[in-house]
Amino acid sequence: MWIYEKKLEYPIKIRTCNPTMAKYIITQYGGPDGELGASLRYLSQRFSMPTNEAKATLNDIGTEELAHLEMVGSMVYQLIRGVPVKELEKYGLGSYFTQHDHAIYPVDASGVPYSAASFQSMGDPVADLTEDLAAEQKARATYENLINLTDDPDVIDPLRFLRAREIVHFQRFGETLDKVQDELGKKKYFVNKPY
Amino acid sequence: MDMDCERAIREVMAADFTCYDLALYLNTHPFDTRALAVYYSSVQRARSLRENYERMCGPLTAQASTRTLNCWEWALTPWPWEWQ
Ligand SMILES: [Fe+2]
Repeated sequence: MWIYEKKLEYPIKIRTCNPTMAKYIITQYGGPDGELGASLRYLSQRFSMPTNEAKATLNDIGTEELAHLEMVGSMVYQLIRGVPVKELEKYGLGSYFTQHDHAIYPVDASGVPYSAASFQSMGDPVADLTEDLAAEQKARATYENLINLTDDPDVIDPLRFLRAREIVHFQRFGETLDKVQDELGKKKYFVNKPY
Repeated sequence: MDMDCERAIREVMAADFTCYDLALYLNTHPFDTRALAVYYSSVQRARSLRENYERMCGPLTAQASTRTLNCWEWALTPWPWEWQ
């Protein structure tokens, strides 16, 4: 289970609205390499991990991704807060406004709604952890693209924090994959299937 | 949010972050006793900063919403994406 803490993982305080950046950043809320997908991927995959340590890594990184989802939602919220509809439309958010007003909804930068088809949960720990390594790199690359799209330090600062977390997660998943492979190497079969 | 609370919550956030990050490290290095010792002292520091914030500014979790018997503070204090 989870307990909510009434704070963000890292401060978000954006003083200047920017609907264009909101339209780009929302991809880390509901896009294929975003935080919602990351969280669901790890929290789903953890059930079938072969060791308690691997379950711990997936459980805790999946939980941290929920905190990142909240940070990204907060950024989008602050970037469009109070922006009049004409401005939203001018900067490419007319279609978004039609369906969601100023609310936060999981879509990618092109407006495509979140799809669980963007990740897998294979039950094969090597396949799953290898996907997780790639996912962290794709998220890191997306944060770098977003950083390159803005000059606002209020926006860049939390994006840099999120980028750095992807690098740490990549490191931890790499260590977890190594240990799982060592463990599986000791056994006669690659995976202990319960059937 | 007033200045003292903002300073206090930033201290809690930084101290808690140290704990999360060390915990991720310990998940893949569960026998690193040096890191464990740092973890214990980080948790203690985070705990005391949290108590200080909650005493001064309001609850971080629903179960910490016990500062007053006059109202349910958990639902009345501002949400973090709206902190100004
Ligand atoms: Fe991540």
